[in-house]
Amino acid sequence: MLLSSQLLASSEIVEFSDESLRGRYQQLIQELRCPKCQNQNLADSNAPISQDLRAQVQSLLEEGMSDRQIKDYLKARYSDFILYRPEVNKTTWLLWAAPVLFMFIGAWVAFSLYRQKNRPKGMVNTNAEALAETESKGYGDTAIAMTDQRRLEQLLTDGEEQQ
Amino acid sequence: MTRVALFVPLLLFVVLSIVLLLGLDKNPQELPSALIGDPFPEFFLPALDDSQRVVSREDFKGQVLLVNVWATWCFACRIEHPMLNKLAEQGVVIVGLNYKDQRAEANVWLDKRGNPYQFNIFDAEGSLGIDLGVYGAPETYLVDAQGYIQHRRVGVVDEAIWDEEFKPLYEQLIGESR
Repeated sequence: MLLSSQLLASSEIVEFSDESLRGRYQQLIQELRCPKCQNQNLADSNAPISQDLRAQVQSLLEEGMSDRQIKDYLKARYSDFILYRPEVNKTTWLLWAAPVLFMFIGAWVAFSLYRQKNRPKGMVNTNAEALAETESKGYGDTAIAMTDQRRLEQLLTDGEEQQ
Repeated sequence: MTRVALFVPLLLFVVLSIVLLLGLDKNPQELPSALIGDPFPEFFLPALDDSQRVVSREDFKGQVLLVNVWATWCFACRIEHPMLNKLAEQGVVIVGLNYKDQRAEANVWLDKRGNPYQFNIFDAEGSLGIDLGVYGAPETYLVDAQGYIQHRRVGVVDEAIWDEEFKPLYEQLIGESR
């Protein structure tokens, strides 16, 4: 996509008085959105309005405007819509914060799942230890019954706690 | 605690559904208008009927008026034109912004379909178009007596849209300007 848009943009002959402007021009038309075609940037779009806006960007660059000034110029006329990389303001803060927010929610969910999974495992371990202990003391079958009994009690109390 | 947690996915689903449902009503073709409440941009351009005459904001003469962006290549403008004729008959001042058009064809159009415009700005390059944030024709702007843009409609203004979006504001502005 990047390649095709660069090909498209370069198929149009754009002359600059100073070649160093070309890089900024390419960068800007990649980041500015065609107001008519919704999901294309100015570099990609063949719409007449995009051709006009490309020409406008070029002449503003020649006038010596900074990238910031050019974006503000277009924003004043076409609203935030024109910027493919929206600025942080009171309507877009959630958009910007969402990835971080979702990361924290995901981490919290993963952490609670991890904790839940590990809890019964820990219990089995202690039971196994208890079993080994009782077996080593030679209690045999009754010992197994005893550890089962203990585990049952623990599950019951856990269940009560959780409710 | 765990029981409540079980409802979290359902809750998230409901919230997401509501957000998406509200989104259905929105028209993605419609851009937020950047110029509402701002002065109409300054311009000095030739008139459509006379290439020697330069028109500018001065020609608005402190009137409450509509600025209608149109062109002969714009199909929807054909549909809109009778409505503009009707508004002009009712005494609404309409200024035309002939946008990226051919002068001869545009004049033929007006002869054939009637001319609802007080005068026409001939913007062959679309420079005033860019200053206004025009991205398609037709577009209609309501300008108050002080020269501030009060409303903008992208697309055809028909009877229903006039009554709903323009008329109340237009009459209010006319009342204030007297």
